[in-house]
Amino acid sequence: MSKEDKEFTEHYVAEFSKKVSFDELPDAPPSGKFRLSLTGKIGAVVVAFWVFIAIFGQFLAPYHENDIPFPDDYLEFQPPKPGAILGTDRDDRDVLSRLMYGAGRTIGISVAATILAYIVGVTLGIGSAVLGGRFDTVISSINNIFLSLPTIMLGLVIVAAVGSTIPILIVTAGLIYATVVFRLARAIGMDVKVMDFVEVSRGRGENLWWIISKEIWPNVRMPLISDFGLRLIYVILFVSSLSFLGLGVQPPMADWGSMVKENLGALQYGESVISVVAPAFSIATLTVAINLIVDDVSAHAGGKLTKRL
Amino acid sequence: MDRKVIFEAVDLKINAIADNGTDIPIVKGVNFKVREGEVVALIGESGSGKTTIALSSLGYFKPGLQCVGGEARLLGRDLTKMSNEDLRKIRGERVAYLAQSAAATFNPSLRINEQVTESAVIHGSKTKEEALSYAKALYKRLDLPDPENIGERYPHQVSGGQLQRLMAAMALVSDPTLLVLDEPTTALDVTTQIEVLKAFKKVIKEQKAAAIYVTHDLAVVAQIADRIIVLYNGSIQEKGPANSVIDTPKHPYTDRLMKAVRPLPKDTAELRDRTTKKILKNSLSVKDVLAGYGGITNGVPKITVLEDINVEIGKGEVVGVIGESGSGKSTLARVISGLLPSAEGHVSLFDSTLPPNLRKRSRDQLRRIQFVYQMADTALNPRHTIERIVGRPLEFYHGMKGEKRKRRLIELLEMVELPKEFISRYPEELSGGQKQRISLARALAAEPEIILCDEVTSALDSIVGSNVIKLLRKLQKNLDVSYVFISHDLSTIASFADRIVVMYNGKIMEQGPVHEVLSPPSHPYTELLISSIPELRVGWLEEADTKIQKAKEKMQ
Repeated sequence: MSKEDKEFTEHYVAEFSKKVSFDELPDAPPSGKFRLSLTGKIGAVVVAFWVFIAIFGQFLAPYHENDIPFPDDYLEFQPPKPGAILGTDRDDRDVLSRLMYGAGRTIGISVAATILAYIVGVTLGIGSAVLGGRFDTVISSINNIFLSLPTIMLGLVIVAAVGSTIPILIVTAGLIYATVVFRLARAIGMDVKVMDFVEVSRGRGENLWWIISKEIWPNVRMPLISDFGLRLIYVILFVSSLSFLGLGVQPPMADWGSMVKENLGALQYGESVISVVAPAFSIATLTVAINLIVDDVSAHAGGKLTKRL
Repeated sequence: MDRKVIFEAVDLKINAIADNGTDIPIVKGVNFKVREGEVVALIGESGSGKTTIALSSLGYFKPGLQCVGGEARLLGRDLTKMSNEDLRKIRGERVAYLAQSAAATFNPSLRINEQVTESAVIHGSKTKEEALSYAKALYKRLDLPDPENIGERYPHQVSGGQLQRLMAAMALVSDPTLLVLDEPTTALDVTTQIEVLKAFKKVIKEQKAAAIYVTHDLAVVAQIADRIIVLYNGSIQEKGPANSVIDTPKHPYTDRLMKAVRPLPKDTAELRDRTTKKILKNSLSVKDVLAGYGGITNGVPKITVLEDINVEIGKGEVVGVIGESGSGKSTLARVISGLLPSAEGHVSLFDSTLPPNLRKRSRDQLRRIQFVYQMADTALNPRHTIERIVGRPLEFYHGMKGEKRKRRLIELLEMVELPKEFISRYPEELSGGQKQRISLARALAAEPEIILCDEVTSALDSIVGSNVIKLLRKLQKNLDVSYVFISHDLSTIASFADRIVVMYNGKIMEQGPVHEVLSPPSHPYTELLISSIPELRVGWLEEADTKIQKAKEKMQ
């Protein structure tokens, strides 16, 4: 052994005799607190703005959604001017007021539908994962049939057959998107179900409710919550598409999808294009903003979620 | 000593970048050389930085790790400052890496030959035909059966040990100057390990390649390494020629690593004394059990895993169950616990027969048999605090609440030698050994008669693992609980158990007090197991090989 090696070893021997116990380090450092990035913050501000408009828009709007601000003009598609900042639409109504009334409907229907999708999808999905066997086979097969149908076509058929009131819209969108949530919840549930700690609680003699609510749910919660935002985007686009096709929210009620449809003529005549761009832009800002937040959440969840989707 | 230096680490420093931007040093300035035709072993426990150092010889740093100083020189060129383009040329051609798990390295849907020859063909060092004939020559040198045709199979069609050797062929096919072996035998059974070690040793010698061998197992190192480097916490504690480090360790840490390698106990009066104590009462007995997986038709499962199993476990007795992977030892534990209902036969506890399926067992019957798993990581719910994990059985079986429950909880933590502050922590804030102690505390909370320990130490480092064994022994003395201790490590079992059950292929080969099973004449399979345990001395491998051949012949 060279002199250098010797000195080196002696030095460490001295260090070790001071502290003989070999302290074990934890495998993983405690995970950091969730923090939004700059883009995430921008997203949060935009979403907060739209949520505020959705709730209070109808009280703050300058006119009622069906009021005609300039009854004497008899002019459709008036350009922005004092009294109508975003101009007027096909039927001479104030675009800004309709946009504010419509925000509540578009966002409200979408959120309600997504919540419904989650309640149905998660309950059945985790149930299928845990119970397995025949229950799983039957539910999964039915689900696969619905998944194989194009969502918009399916939505059109249901709404055309049953009618297009707001509750029916919510139930339709909710059930259609429950199929996707079901698959995700079942997949995550399957992963967790085979973990040893679930077997430990089965071995202890715990009942099914305890296993689902106390052992499995806490472990599937995070990925499902971060998927919620993404699913909400799809539902907003779905509800808006239905309205655009004339089967969603019915006139004279305003919502963003139907506003785009109503004012499509403006593009043709080249007049007050803002009446069609404003609702389209609103849909875009809201969905992009939600996406920015979802990005941060899934990055926090370790990117596992993005892989799965 | 004047041989050419293949790889040299010069004051190599590697940091991990944490989420909050602070740097945690992983490798703290390491210096060593690997010369031509030399096998250098990096030895240390998990977290010692041994794999990180080994990977630096490929110029590779795991995501989140960064080289912050020093150099990693391969044939004089510094890899840490090389572009990805240049590194790609070097990897696979000059340096080859052998990972721990061959099963994860091979693509299951491509034939073996295709995967073995791939790197040489891509790097253009050989044509497809040349690479193929060279690969076949390598198969032969690695003692693989049927070297001409084995490469035509798919990865799942060969055994684990064969796959590990095929991976070596994959690494060697482009004649690398440096071979990096990362725990290549750790995942294998002892009997397979010996074959693989022998093949590696032979092939490294013949190829005259330099090699870096990463492992935590000193006994394995003694067989294959020329020089040993002992690492702890990112720095070198001791280095020197293999025999001098093993015969006269200078550093206390090396010494502790050596002590963690338990040789098989000799048949002494003390051992006899310990293992032949009078058994007063049988607490658990397993009678004529037949069990397996898949649907049961005419009382026989589709795939039979266990057959003719008869085991008696006395009160306060430690029964060790040994066997290779696939021998059915874990299945036996699952049958006892009721997780896998047996198709035939029965399990009884203190003369009352238990229902085969745990769903039909009463809460009290469940309480009396507890299970401790191999992987504490997955056995503890990551979203529950320690209080909830250990407290739940107290509540569930004993109806404890509030103050009483908390007091008992702290008592249990003390029993497994953990501070009471751990009560509010989550599992991820604990180390591997501490997690295993929590698993044990949870089992003890039920106040069981029998604890089934399924490979509880095999996922732990040797020093941590031997501390857990010490704890188990202490608890057994104080609480008079029985253990069924399942392991693939005969030395661990022999140093701890009263009786040994040897399992092979779903059947019990031999059972009896430790000293009887270990002393000749024993069953040929037991003999095979005994001679396969690596001993901490240079030259053991060659001796063991002849013994093993004999034992194998006897078995047939």
